[in-house]
Amino acid sequence: MDGTLGEKTAPDKGVLPDAPEVAARMSCRNINVYYGEKQAIYDVSLQIADRSVTALIGPSGCGKSTFLRCLNRMNDTIEGCRVEGEILMEGENINSPSIDPVLLRSRVGMVFQKPNPFPKSIYENIAYGPRIHGLAQGREDLDEIVEKSLRRAGLWEEVKDRLNVAGTSLSGGQQQRLCIARAIAVRPEVILMDEPCSALDPIATARIEELIDDLRKRYCIVIVTHSMQQAARVSQRTAFFHLGSLVEMGETDQIFTSPRDRRTEDYITGRFG
Amino acid sequence: MSDPVASPFASERALKRLRRRRAADRRFKWYGRLAIGFALAALALLLASIATQAVSSASYHVVAFDLNLDKKTFGTTRPDDPPPVDKVYGLVRSDLLERFPEADTDPALRHELMGLVTRLAVLPVAREIVRKPRDIGTVRRAALPLSDDLDLFLKGATARHLTVPVGRVEVDEDELPAVTLTGAGAFEHVIAVASLEAMPELGSPGAGSILMTAGASSLELTRLTTSEATGNLLTGSIDDFRAHPVRARLIPAPESERTISDRQIAWLLALKADGRVARVPHWSLLTHTDSTQPELAGALAAIVGSLLTLLITAALAIPVGILASIYLEEFAPQNRVTGLIEVNINNLAAVPSIVFGLLGAAVFLGAFGLPRSAPVVGGLVLALLILPVVIIASRTALKAVPQSIRDAALAIGASRMQTVFHHVLPLAAPGMLTGAILGMARALGETAPLLLIGMVAFVAEVPRGPTDEATALPVLIYSWATQAERAWEPMTGAVILILLAFLIAMNGVVVFLRRKFERRW
Amino acid sequence: MLSELGHLPMDFLLLAAAVTLASFGFIAGRLRAEQFSFSGDIHPNSRPNAHGYFVLMWSLVPVVLVGLGYIIFGEGASRAVLRSELPDGFSILTPGELTTYLDTVARAARMPGFLSGERVFDTVTERYGEIRGTINLITLCIAGALSLSGMVLARRCLSPEFRARQHVESGIEWFLFLCAALAIATTVGIVASLVFESLRFFSEVPVWDFLLGTRWNAQTSAEFGALPLFFGTFMISFFAMMVAAPVGLFAAIYLSEYASRQVRAIIKPVLEILAGIPTVVYGFFALLVVAPAVRSVALWINQLLIAWGLADGAVLAAQPTSALAAGIVMGIMVIPFVSSLSDDVIRAVPQSLRDGAYAMGATKSEAVRQVVVPAALPGIIAALLLAVSRAIGETMIVVMAAGQRARISPDPTSDLTTITVQIVSLLTGESEFDSPKTLSAFALGLVLFVITLLFNLVAINVVKRFREKYE
Repeated sequence: MDGTLGEKTAPDKGVLPDAPEVAARMSCRNINVYYGEKQAIYDVSLQIADRSVTALIGPSGCGKSTFLRCLNRMNDTIEGCRVEGEILMEGENINSPSIDPVLLRSRVGMVFQKPNPFPKSIYENIAYGPRIHGLAQGREDLDEIVEKSLRRAGLWEEVKDRLNVAGTSLSGGQQQRLCIARAIAVRPEVILMDEPCSALDPIATARIEELIDDLRKRYCIVIVTHSMQQAARVSQRTAFFHLGSLVEMGETDQIFTSPRDRRTEDYITGRFG
Repeated sequence: MSDPVASPFASERALKRLRRRRAADRRFKWYGRLAIGFALAALALLLASIATQAVSSASYHVVAFDLNLDKKTFGTTRPDDPPPVDKVYGLVRSDLLERFPEADTDPALRHELMGLVTRLAVLPVAREIVRKPRDIGTVRRAALPLSDDLDLFLKGATARHLTVPVGRVEVDEDELPAVTLTGAGAFEHVIAVASLEAMPELGSPGAGSILMTAGASSLELTRLTTSEATGNLLTGSIDDFRAHPVRARLIPAPESERTISDRQIAWLLALKADGRVARVPHWSLLTHTDSTQPELAGALAAIVGSLLTLLITAALAIPVGILASIYLEEFAPQNRVTGLIEVNINNLAAVPSIVFGLLGAAVFLGAFGLPRSAPVVGGLVLALLILPVVIIASRTALKAVPQSIRDAALAIGASRMQTVFHHVLPLAAPGMLTGAILGMARALGETAPLLLIGMVAFVAEVPRGPTDEATALPVLIYSWATQAERAWEPMTGAVILILLAFLIAMNGVVVFLRRKFERRW
Repeated sequence: MLSELGHLPMDFLLLAAAVTLASFGFIAGRLRAEQFSFSGDIHPNSRPNAHGYFVLMWSLVPVVLVGLGYIIFGEGASRAVLRSELPDGFSILTPGELTTYLDTVARAARMPGFLSGERVFDTVTERYGEIRGTINLITLCIAGALSLSGMVLARRCLSPEFRARQHVESGIEWFLFLCAALAIATTVGIVASLVFESLRFFSEVPVWDFLLGTRWNAQTSAEFGALPLFFGTFMISFFAMMVAAPVGLFAAIYLSEYASRQVRAIIKPVLEILAGIPTVVYGFFALLVVAPAVRSVALWINQLLIAWGLADGAVLAAQPTSALAAGIVMGIMVIPFVSSLSDDVIRAVPQSLRDGAYAMGATKSEAVRQVVVPAALPGIIAALLLAVSRAIGETMIVVMAAGQRARISPDPTSDLTTITVQIVSLLTGESEFDSPKTLSAFALGLVLFVITLLFNLVAINVVKRFREKYE
C-alpha cells in the first residue's frame, strides 16, 4: 500500500520563500482546477505552514473555497470537477490516484460554512469519526475522546449534561463548535475551515475566533474568510486570491500594511470586492 | 496524541482496517448494482415471457375447404335468417369424411375427426352467406381455423414432438391395417432419439407414440427394432410408404395425457401433406369478439368496451380534475375546508382501487340502479379513481407557472378569473394534459373495480353504447388468463401486447408533449 | 301514450333543453345589456357578454340540478312506485329476487315493442313504462319551468350598475369549489357505503366472530371468520416487502449516490415502467412463470429433504398457485414505489451532511449508511409504508396467483387467500345484493380501507414533515 501516507516523516523543512522560518506542512505546485470546461483555479502554488493559521481571502467567486477543497480532495465528490497539479504532504502527492482520499481526510479535517451536525446526538456526532477510523478501543476510550474533543472545542461545559440531545438542537455557534470538535476527534493534522463564521452572529464569531487561535498551537489551520478583519485577527499568514489566481501571499501584517500588488491593495482598502 | 507522528494510521493494523473498509465500500456499491440488476431482470423476464406467448399467437393455422353452396341446401336463405351454421358445418363434415373415409364407419372416430375444426369456426362464413346470397350456387373456398390444440401441436407447443427422417424402406403388407417397414439399421436413429427422450418402450404404460409418415399416410407403431417397425395404418394407403421417403414423428407424452389423439395428428399431417393447411396472420384477434373457442376468440368487443369506458372517464375526470386543481391552486382560501380537501385528495390517491369498485357496486349499481356491466358505470368508477391523479398533476402544472405572469395580468386590471383563464391556464395546459393522459393510462389498466361492477361478463357482441353490456381489455386478459386450456396462454399474451401498445402510445404522447412544451422559467 | 314517453331519450332531451335554454338566456341577457350600453352616457359596470353569461347561468343551473336529481333518483323512484303497485303474489320473492326481476323489467321496458308473451311480466313492464313516462314528463316540465323563471328573474336584475361580471365569476368559483369538493364526496361515498353495508352485515354476524374467527367459508356455508384472510394478506404483503424493500432501497441508494447522471437518466424511467404495467399483466406473469417456478423449486426441496433423510414425505405443499409466488410478483410490482420515493428523500438530504461525513474521512458507503440514510429515514419509512399499503390493497395479482383457500399456514408454497381475493370472489357473478355473503365483502372492504387509510395518513404526514425539515 504505497502512498497511503502510512509512512511518517518529519514535516518538510523546505524553503518557504515568504516565511523561511516556518516548516511547510503542505506545499502546492501549479494547481489548476476545472469544472467541466470552465477553469476555476489558474496555476496556484503556495505553501502552508505548520502550527499556524493561513487565511485565504479574496472577492466572491475568486476560487478560494475551491482551492481549500483541493487540500483534502473534497472536490472528488463534485461531478465533473478535475484537479491538476501537485499537492505535497510529507513528500507525497495527495492528488496521486494511489492516495486514498478517506485516509487523507482523516488527517486533513474540514469545517464548513454552514454548521452541518449529523442528525444524531452530540455524543454520536463526535464519536462518529473515531468509530469509523477505529481510534477507540472501547467505550471508555471513546468517552475520553469525546470529552477531550469537546473541551478542546470549548463546548464541554455547555453540553456535558446533555450529550444525548440531538446535535441539531444546539444554537448556530454551538453547532459550529460541535463541528470543529467533530473534526478534532479524528486527530487530524490540518483543519480546513470554509468561512466558518459566515452564518453566525458576532458573539458566536468571537468565540470561534478565540478557539481558532487556541487550536493553532496544535494544528495547521487553513481558513477561508470573507472578512478581512477576521483574517487580520486570526491568521499569521494570508493569501489573496483574485479570479482564480493567487495574487499575493505573505505574513498577514505585511499583506495588510504594505501589500505588494496593486489589486491586493485595492481589495484591502475596499475599492472592490 | 498531540504528536502527529504518533497518529495510529501508521500502523499495519490501520492499513488492514482501511482495506476492510474499502472492501465494504465496494460490496455496498455492488448491492446497489444487484438491486437494479434484479429489478431490470424481472422487467425483462416479464416482457420476454409475454412477448414469446404473443409471438406464438401472432399467426395461426387454417385449413382450406371448398364449400359447395348448392342451391338445393341454401336456396331459401333470406337476409334476416339466422346464419346457417349447421348447414355449412355439414359441408365441412362431409368434406372431411370424404377425405378420410376410415372415420365414416365409427361414430367415435367421426367425433374425433370433427375435432379438427370446431362448429363455431364456420360462423363467419355462414354469416357471409346470409349477407351475400349471390354466393349461393357457387363453390366457395374458405379457410377455417384449426382447433386450438392442433394449432399448438403444429407450433410445437403442447404435445411436443420430434421429427426424425428415416428414408426409403421396404414395405411388408401384413394383414391390413397392420404394416411392417423393414430396412437394415434404418430405425437406429429413431431408437436413439427415443432413448434420449427417455421414452418407455412402445406398448408399456406411459409410453408416448411414434408415428411413421410418408406422403399423406401415417402408421402408428406398435413395435420397433433397429431394422423393423410394425404398426397400424391410421390413414392413407401403403403405397405412399413405397413412393415417398418415410419420416418418424416421436411424441413423448402418452396419448392419454394429451388433448389430441394420434389419429387426429395423422389426419392433420395428411391435410398438411395435401397442402391444405396454412399458417396465416392472426387478424381475427382484432376483428373477432370473445368466444369459448380460443382459435375463434378476439379482443374487438373488449377494445371497444375499453374505449367507451375511457371516453366516459375522460369526459368526467379531466374537466372536473382540472377545475378542481384551479380552485385549490388559485382561489382556495387557506382554511380548514381546503386543508381537508387536500389531505383527502392525497389519501384518495392511495386508496386501493378495489375499494372504488365497492363504491361503484354499492352506490352506482345499488343506490342509483344503473345497469350492471355497463361502460357508463365503469367510466364513472374509473373517473373517481383517477380524479386525484389528475388533480395532483394539474396542480403541479399550475404551480410551475410563475407568479409574475399572474401579477402582470392583475396589474392591468384583469379579474382573478380572467387572469387564470386567459393567462395561467394556457401556460399550464401541456402539463395538465400530460397529467390527464397518465391518469387515463392508469384507468386503462385497472381491472379490480371493473370486476366488482360486473364488467367480467362474457360479451360476444360489440357494445354499441355506454349502457350496453361490455367488458374491457384488462378484464379480458384476466378471464382468458384464468382459463384452463393451454391455447389461451398465447392469446392472453397477445391481448396484453395490445394493451401495452395502447399504454406505450399514451406514454409516448406524454414524452412528446414534455419535450415540446418543456419550459424553464 | 305515457309508456311511449317512458322511452324518451331523457339524457339527450335534458342536454338539449339545457343547451337551448342556456343560449336563449345568454341572448336575452346580452340584448338587454346592449340596450342600456348604447343608450345615454352611463358607463355600464360590466360588458354586455357578462350580462349574457349572468342570465345564462341562472337558466342553466335549474336544468342541471333537475337533471342530476333525475339521474340519481329517477330509476329508484319509478321502481318504488312500481313496487307499491305490484300484486300480492310478488310477496313470495325475496328482496334480492325482486331486484333481479325489476332489472329484467327495466331492461325489457327499454326495448320498444318488446313482448315476452308472459302476461304478468308484460303487464308489469307496461306499467313500469307508464310510470317512467310520467316521471319523465314531470321532470321535463319542472326543468323547463324552473329554468324559464330563473331566466326571467335574472334578466330583471340587469341594469347599468349591475355587477354582472362579479356575479358570474363568483358563480364560476362556486362551481370550481364543487369540483374540488367532489373529492370529499367520493370519500364520503366510500365511507358511507362501506359503513352502511357493513353495519347490515354485523347485524347478522357479530363483529368479533368476523374479526377473530378462524373459519372462512362465505361461498358455501355461512362461516365468516376473517382471520385466515388477514393472515394471507399479511403473509403475501410480507413476502412482497421482503423483495421490494431491499431491492427498492438499494436501487434508490445506488441511483441517488453512485450512478452518474446518464445512467440515472436511463435507469430511473425504466424502473418506473414497473409501476406503469397493469397489475393484471403481473397476475398473468405470476401464473405463467413465477408460480410454476416456485412450485418446481418446492418440489425439488422436498425431494432433497427426502433424499437426505431429513423428512419422510413432502414438507412443502408446493401448490400450483402459492403465497410465495404472489408475494414475489407483488414485490416486483412495488419496487418502484419504494425506490422512487426513497430516491427523492435521499436526494433531499442536504449535501452539507455528506460533505461533513466525507471531511471526517468516511468512505462513500459509510457516509451513505451512517449519515445520509439515517437522515432520510423518515422519508424511507414513509415510502415503505406506502408500498405496504399498496401491497395490502393489490387485487389482481393475488386473485390470479394466490388461491382461494382460506387457511392459516406458515408454508409459503401453500395457497393462501387474501381480503381482496375474497371481495372479488364474493361480488363477481350473479349474486343477490342483500345476502350476508355479499354484505361480508363490504365488511372486508371496510377493514381494507381502514388499514390502508392508517398507513397512508401516517406516510403522508411523515413525508410532509420531512419535506418541511429540509426544504
